[in-house]
Amino acid sequence: MKLITAFTLVFALQATAADWRQFRGPQGNGVTSERNLPVTLNEKNLKWSIPLPGRGLSGALVIGEKIIVTCSSGITQNRLHILALNAKDGGLIWHRQFWATGRTMCHGKTSVAAPTPCSDGKKIFAVFSSNDVICLDLDGNLQWLRGLTADYANVSNSLGMSSSPVLIGSAIIVQVENDSESYTLALNKRIGVNFWKLDRPKAANWTSPVRLTNTLIALQSKNGIDAIRAVDGTKAWSYDGGASTIPSSTLHGGVLYVPSRGITALELNEADAENTPNELWQSRRLSPGTGSPVVLGDKVFATNKAGVLTAGNLKTGERLWQTRLKGPFSATHVVTATHLYCVNEAGLLQIVDTRGKEGEITGTLNLDDQILGSPAVGGGAIYVRSNEKIYKISE
Amino acid sequence: MNPFTTGLAALAICFTANAVDISDSLKTIRAVGPEGKGNAAAAQAWQSLAQAKPAALPKILAAMDGANPLAANWLRAAVDTIANRAKDLPQMELMKFIADQKHDPRARRLAYELIKNANPQLAAKLIPGLLNDPSVELRRDAVQRVMDEGADLEKIKKPDLAQKQYRKALDAARDIDQIKEITAALRALGQEVDLPRHFGFLMHWKVVGPFDNTDRSGFSKIFPPENKIDFTATHDGKAGKVKWSPFVTANEYGMVDINKAYPGPGDGLKEVTAFAYTEYNAATARAVELRLGCKNAWKIWHNGKLIFGRDEYHRGIRIDQYKLNVQLAKGRNTLLIKLCQNEQQQDWTKEWQFQLRVCDATGTAILAADRPPTPKTGTNNNQPANTTRPPQKK
Repeated sequence: MKLITAFTLVFALQATAADWRQFRGPQGNGVTSERNLPVTLNEKNLKWSIPLPGRGLSGALVIGEKIIVTCSSGITQNRLHILALNAKDGGLIWHRQFWATGRTMCHGKTSVAAPTPCSDGKKIFAVFSSNDVICLDLDGNLQWLRGLTADYANVSNSLGMSSSPVLIGSAIIVQVENDSESYTLALNKRIGVNFWKLDRPKAANWTSPVRLTNTLIALQSKNGIDAIRAVDGTKAWSYDGGASTIPSSTLHGGVLYVPSRGITALELNEADAENTPNELWQSRRLSPGTGSPVVLGDKVFATNKAGVLTAGNLKTGERLWQTRLKGPFSATHVVTATHLYCVNEAGLLQIVDTRGKEGEITGTLNLDDQILGSPAVGGGAIYVRSNEKIYKISE
Repeated sequence: MNPFTTGLAALAICFTANAVDISDSLKTIRAVGPEGKGNAAAAQAWQSLAQAKPAALPKILAAMDGANPLAANWLRAAVDTIANRAKDLPQMELMKFIADQKHDPRARRLAYELIKNANPQLAAKLIPGLLNDPSVELRRDAVQRVMDEGADLEKIKKPDLAQKQYRKALDAARDIDQIKEITAALRALGQEVDLPRHFGFLMHWKVVGPFDNTDRSGFSKIFPPENKIDFTATHDGKAGKVKWSPFVTANEYGMVDINKAYPGPGDGLKEVTAFAYTEYNAATARAVELRLGCKNAWKIWHNGKLIFGRDEYHRGIRIDQYKLNVQLAKGRNTLLIKLCQNEQQQDWTKEWQFQLRVCDATGTAILAADRPPTPKTGTNNNQPANTTRPPQKK
């Protein structure tokens, strides 16, 4: 009962939040409670686009009337930017810059501003591939900062890192996992010092942590999933079936959909104090590419590297239908009660109605811009960012 | 509280905030250290500092002199906050700050950007004087200006004057993209460019290998060259006895391609380790940066002391990928690099190579006192007769 309450509490807290405060939104699974997003699109739905001072594939945050976005600029991308824009017209509210203290080398497709920041609604916690972690308040006032490469000299990936932080209790979980030196850290969100530092598998890993309950975090790696107690960084349980190091797992309804051997569905046992999982099903026919899987109604969706959207039965993993979208996709789709919002790497936003016998594309809008970051939603609008601009799309 | 007392209170708060000496705040912020040390105190100090008047900006910028990178970022955030709020900036004081090259290069660039935002015309006047500035960011704009002048001279068919401008730009350029662009322009005008010398790449080496790196074990295993450099010695390699042999690279970005020393059949050896050694004759004892580019696992020793190592394979390579601070001794300095190749078989995992240069913090080459002329030809295949392709892991 206690655990059921924990699940319910997490869900309730997240579901009532209109803000988009972290990677993949309030519940960390791409789902938005917005009900007034457009389902058809034309150029009038593009309300504004604002040039950005640098590159990035981090998703935006929507906090009240503020849009928060991170960028990196400079010949070696060693200039870090955090901006607050006005949701109404995209006007600049404040802009803070920092110097990268860690390595900034990354693959040409990605950038130093790859991880999506997170927020508790009062503070913003921005993480960059240079391992700089910066906490600002909503007015842009610096609260604290860390340079994790200064602390742990080999924590970097020459292709760039992208794991987005999550909040749990009074901690920010930052997953900095790569070949040479590999950790996950819990930072005190008030002053940035370590609560704990956990040795992790030495292998490049671009996935993001997932909050399972108010006390457990799922860390994904090539080995599988480790459920970690947020209070002290100790391991509660592991799933050792291996997992992708690019798309992240998705928690929905007490089941963790892991990009492992296609998708493996792990049901968290509510009757168990540690929520040890039972494997519900595994399907190689659901194969997420770069974006993470999403759940809508009674279906789980994966989009492969070719841009084929596959719907699977949420309870069995059985493949139900496939729809070929125009891909490829790096961004994770946004999920409403009825539709998926899918933006491909060429900037084509495609809205898919999932209620029929197969997916139906009900609207498209071509932004003609490279979009790699997952969209954010808030105040009836979708915010999509590229290396050059941020766009607002709404009715 | 009536409006009068409210106003007095606000005035008092304002006066207090501005009257506080910022020295204590600066000292507190400069004390931040590893793993969040000093963050709590710095946060309080920062709140006070960020309330300072714009007149305090030069002093805050000056506090970046000698500050660690974390402290510099704390200070930078205060500068941004104050400047965003300010109606007027102390432009003349900021100009003086920029002119003083003893100040931190990043702080001077930040002061320049403050002026540029407030008074672009004034900032533009500074650029010609920044061509050889210690701040690479500041000199970049000045280099670009000279490059543009060269291009303009080319357009009006004055190649001799154009090449002089390009040469002037090259001498000052430190950013790779600008160096490449200028080099292309000069070569199109029939000019020679000695890129290895410009960068300070080390071209002459001795190499020994291949040793074992099965299951990536070679990175942590200690091989004989790590204990003693003996060019006359014969060592047990992965597939037989191995000896040191000379290796010269003629690659204009100083790439030392170990596959050319130990090519093996097919696409090159796998699960192997090699060592490269060179000596550097320093005119004076001084601090320098060793700048390494490498996509294999590596370790580097200076005068027998391990400087750094990294067991990452095939995630990419670029010039100046790693910057390592060392103190050169006057005269002979030794440099030893360990280079491990792993088991991957994809096309993009064939490379077994590195590039190393010696420079100062701006990227200006620090050349050895006895640096030989840049080689025109390099080692293509100096594979010792007794090295054959080791058995490959299935």
